[in-house]
Amino acid sequence: MSFYFAQFLTGLASASSLFLVASGLSIIFGVTRIVNFAHGSFYMLGAFIAYSLVTALPHGPLGFWGGVIISALVVGVIGVVMEILVLRRIYQSPELFQLVATFGVVLLIKDVALWVWGPEDKLGPRAPGFDGAVDIFGSKVPEYDLVVIVLGLVVLAALWLLFNRTRWGALVRAATEDREMLGALGINQALLFTSVFFLGSVLAGLGGALQIPRASVSHHMDLAIIATAFVVVVVGGMGSIVGAFLASVIISELNAFGILVFPEITLVLMFLVMVVVLVIRPWGILGKPEGEAAGEVLEGETLSIMPGRRMRLALLGAFALLLVLPSVVEPFYLLLLSEVFVFALFAASLHFIMGNGGMVSFGHAAYFGLGAYGAAMLLIYGDTGMELAIALAPLAAGLGALIFGYFCVRLSGVYMAMLSLAFAQIVWSVAFQSTELTGGEDGLVGVWPSPWASDRIVYYYLTLVLCAGGILALWRMLYAPFGYTLRAGRDSPLRVEAIGVNLRQHRWFAFVIAGLFAGLAGGLYGFLHGIVEPQAVDIPRSIDALMMVLIGGVQTLIGPLAGAFAFVFLENRLLAFEFWRAIFGLIIIGICVAMPLGIVGSLHRLALRAAAARAS
Amino acid sequence: MTKSRLGRVGSRLAIATSALVLAATMGVAQAADPIRIGEINSYTALADFTQPYKKGWEMAVEEVNAAGGVLGRPLEVIHRDDGGKPANAVKIAEELTSRENVDLLAGTYFSHIGVAVTNYSQQREKLFIATEPMSDDIVWKQGHRYTFRLRPSTYLQSAMLAREAAKQPAKRWAIVAPNYKFGQDAVAAFKKVLKEERPDVEFVEEQWPALFKIDPGATVQAMLQAEPEGIYSALFSRDLTAFVREAELRGLLRDDITFVGLLTGEPEYLEPMGDEAPENWIVTGYPYYGIDNPEHKRFIDDYQKKYNEAPRMGSLVGYVFIQAIKAMIEEAGSTDQEAMIQAMKDLTFPSIVGPITFRGLDHQSTMGTWVGRTAVIDGMPQMVDWYYAEAEAYFPPDEEIKKLRSGE
Amino acid sequence: MAVLSVSGLSKSFGGVHALSDVSFDVEAGELLAMIGPNGAGKSTCFNCINGQLKPDLGSVRFGEHDLVGRSPRQIWRLGVGRTFQITATFGSMTVAENVQMALISHHRRSRALWPLASSLYMERAHELLSAVGMQDQAERRCNVLAYGDLKQVELAVAMAHEPRLLLMDEPTAGMAPTERIELMELTAGIVRERGISVLFTEHDMDVVFANATRIIVLNRGRMVAEGSPADVRNDSMVQEIYLGAGSTFRAQASALEAADA
Repeated sequence: MSFYFAQFLTGLASASSLFLVASGLSIIFGVTRIVNFAHGSFYMLGAFIAYSLVTALPHGPLGFWGGVIISALVVGVIGVVMEILVLRRIYQSPELFQLVATFGVVLLIKDVALWVWGPEDKLGPRAPGFDGAVDIFGSKVPEYDLVVIVLGLVVLAALWLLFNRTRWGALVRAATEDREMLGALGINQALLFTSVFFLGSVLAGLGGALQIPRASVSHHMDLAIIATAFVVVVVGGMGSIVGAFLASVIISELNAFGILVFPEITLVLMFLVMVVVLVIRPWGILGKPEGEAAGEVLEGETLSIMPGRRMRLALLGAFALLLVLPSVVEPFYLLLLSEVFVFALFAASLHFIMGNGGMVSFGHAAYFGLGAYGAAMLLIYGDTGMELAIALAPLAAGLGALIFGYFCVRLSGVYMAMLSLAFAQIVWSVAFQSTELTGGEDGLVGVWPSPWASDRIVYYYLTLVLCAGGILALWRMLYAPFGYTLRAGRDSPLRVEAIGVNLRQHRWFAFVIAGLFAGLAGGLYGFLHGIVEPQAVDIPRSIDALMMVLIGGVQTLIGPLAGAFAFVFLENRLLAFEFWRAIFGLIIIGICVAMPLGIVGSLHRLALRAAAARAS
Repeated sequence: MTKSRLGRVGSRLAIATSALVLAATMGVAQAADPIRIGEINSYTALADFTQPYKKGWEMAVEEVNAAGGVLGRPLEVIHRDDGGKPANAVKIAEELTSRENVDLLAGTYFSHIGVAVTNYSQQREKLFIATEPMSDDIVWKQGHRYTFRLRPSTYLQSAMLAREAAKQPAKRWAIVAPNYKFGQDAVAAFKKVLKEERPDVEFVEEQWPALFKIDPGATVQAMLQAEPEGIYSALFSRDLTAFVREAELRGLLRDDITFVGLLTGEPEYLEPMGDEAPENWIVTGYPYYGIDNPEHKRFIDDYQKKYNEAPRMGSLVGYVFIQAIKAMIEEAGSTDQEAMIQAMKDLTFPSIVGPITFRGLDHQSTMGTWVGRTAVIDGMPQMVDWYYAEAEAYFPPDEEIKKLRSGE
Repeated sequence: MAVLSVSGLSKSFGGVHALSDVSFDVEAGELLAMIGPNGAGKSTCFNCINGQLKPDLGSVRFGEHDLVGRSPRQIWRLGVGRTFQITATFGSMTVAENVQMALISHHRRSRALWPLASSLYMERAHELLSAVGMQDQAERRCNVLAYGDLKQVELAVAMAHEPRLLLMDEPTAGMAPTERIELMELTAGIVRERGISVLFTEHDMDVVFANATRIIVLNRGRMVAEGSPADVRNDSMVQEIYLGAGSTFRAQASALEAADA
């Protein structure tokens, strides 16, 4: 009995620190509707800064708590700087650009931290005065855990008072519930957003700083926390503080007790909870439903025009060039280009539902990963050979899309995006934790092409032909009645239902089609490097696809292709630099700020303007 | 204009020709042509070990080159950071092989990355010296003719610890290990050897936190619940520090529980814990502060002078890695792939830790490691009562290995 | 013969009776206007007919079908067309493509993956567009069209599946007064020609009296009057109701009477 109570307290302490981070994320999302990936980076910065302060300040309670508080405030200021310098410039852009920009900030902060603090882990001191354990019913419970539990409750109470007893809090609640109303009330929106970012970032910094006495500070804290924090925010209800608290407790206790029963699948449990909640209550335990048209997320130039004769000739020319390339370039570039083809198909499949259908997926990697794992498992366990494995990979992914899509298409906008992320995370956690079958973190090795295709040049042609075929098929579907119907559903869900179309069913099919092609890309990808591992389904892979589509130009046909090309080559070129992530991050932020229509979209607009200027 | 360009080309031709003639007459035509080693490692994902490792090989390369290189050619290490991602490592391996035209591949730290790259080396038939990854699969189940491994494997180090553990009274054992190849291999080997030595032991609890995602409080609490008499930990780096802190607070670090920690004595993992380091754990590690072998001592002193810090296990592995490469190429007489592979088989070379052999049987080196107990002396964590465990004494029988490598 | 037969329709929201026991028929070929002040229950009644809302009581018969419990989609398939108070068109598509979309759906081809959508049913789409006078703008995209033009596009879209009944929710809302009359006359012409019945709600009494063949009046969820424009115009209770909302009704009514005379 005493053991279970101790375990409960342990869970509660984890819940408290999780709550601090997640509540900040939730507040920021609630008011600004920005999915802030940099929140995890702020958490990490909070820990690093606090480490430096606490070790530099005189040892003692004042030094420790002073360091923690200053660190939280400094992180708050950094959050404000990000809001003013980056996000404020792109509030007018499609909402997803803000997400991509914050991912650029993630990369930037990672390298800044690496540069400032060096790559080694940092072990900070324990909290003075709370470095022992107390006996509770015969079990030893660390005093610091109790401190964290109390702090979590204090912050919860303080936030509640702030939101329910102050004018500023009332504004925040109003903004969370109804953004339009905010404009109508004539409130200084910029100031409200900035202050919300400050508060949210302070909470992230505080959460990080409070971790020092528990674990060493490392450069992996950012992405490690962000996925869990998203789960909490979504399960609790976006924008709901109490919801975030409840969700933190559920997730943490589940983990604390799950570890006793299923020590190997704790991660799967967490995402399973997220899926169950989203299926039953799409807007979370305490969130409020929101009537948001998904199409709004992606306004801008449209896909409406079929590629003309010149464009077709240009594409044909590009294809011909790719056909003769192997005789000219080094073999390594063939590998890179094969990767470009694979990612271009992957991005085009996301574009199919996102650009054309208005359905945003934060978890498109699920289908890439299912294809990759499907092919690898068929090859290794089924001994099917490469050909059959690649042929069946899309089916594995399509089956996943059939099941996940059924639930996803019942939602729209950001809720749909979050549910798709939850499903992707389930695939990821299963891949990560079912070691017997998938090799767990090690992945499956030996996924090499059949002898006839093992030459780089042959495999290059194989990927070229299959990916180009896949992309053409997707493009053709865009201009077929099915693609048109999807776009119609994006433009006006009301009207499309009023002309007798079952939109949900069409969206579901679209999800499956996108899954099939993403699966083909995944299957081909596995054989490219001889290994399939959880990275193929991880969040960054989903973000990669989003970035390729958005940076290339979501409302253009070749945008995703250009995005894939830019992405793969940029990354490869930059890898040689020590701080390549920072450069990459800056480029991403730069594109978000300067080219709100993406590379291709913005160039296209420039060309149109130039033509107009010539004409006049 | 045409004239001047012609003139320039002409003069360059002349210089080049004379240089060639000069070089040919002096017999060192290859002098400017370095031996290129493509090195892949997790320089940012696990800096604690890999940064000292880099310093180690950098120092060795400088020494070798200052002494005239190998076969009269300087060594050049082209190193890349894999970011801790296996697929990245494979891509880098391809780039190093096909674009940088390296003579051989080397490196990797994490076991799963080592496995990914050795699989690549098999597929592309490229020599790969796995310097640090410890998974047994690299030389056994997935062993093949193109990969050799330097550092003592999880099996060897776990066997060393299991034999020590067998001498302890503990019968009820609990296990905590990161849930990936390294942890799984380490646990399997420990269990196997301990059971062989002590059929009466039982394993009462296993915790498998994901690598670098440990929930230390809950994990420690679960171990307390199992009431073990002995605990075997294959945790390292941030997982280890977090676990130790909680274990200390929650009263798991009791005198009546025998702790056995794989790698825990390596300075990269022991020293960051400072005076909080656990005492009296039976560990493998690197007690550089007590080494008196003169060759080895010289390395430690030079290293300290050069970098103004103490060497770590990584530094030693990095240094010995270059010593091995030098010996191998000298033996091969060229950088021809087949010659190098033949040279590696049963290559014995005098390293700073004594003679090391790359066994022809399974391509595993016989480099050993140090076994001892942890202690905190004047606030500094150290290993005491240690001895250098020669690897030879811990290998399983040849027949068993041959069976494992039957897929070769 | 009645095309649509509504009887005993009732709907309440949280105890508030938005609609109580409303019954009426829409005869073949007629333009039936439903009028009433704000909050009279017009929208509720409309939504109960088109499937957006499920009534608490009552039936809605369309030919041999009961529409209650059917989705808007199914009701459309049975031959009921709709236009919206605020236009809803596909902004990224051309005028012609908007109509083609409706035709594609009507022919159940919306799942086709291969043919090019823009080449399907082109002739028929242009035919419909010329009927509403939009053939000149067929290749323009809807997101650049003037509001009045969008209303005409909607009309063409609503006719695509050859409905027997057209439900028009405030068809002239948001338009300039002169345009309103034109649009309604256009509509009246088309439906007469094709024998389509229309049920429409409307605020503008000029439009109502100029085009409706019959009028029903709702107030506080009940039907309070029914009859020809002249009958309704002279109904003292109706005048009473509209007086509450302002005197425009009486002014308009008398102006019309004067014009008639």
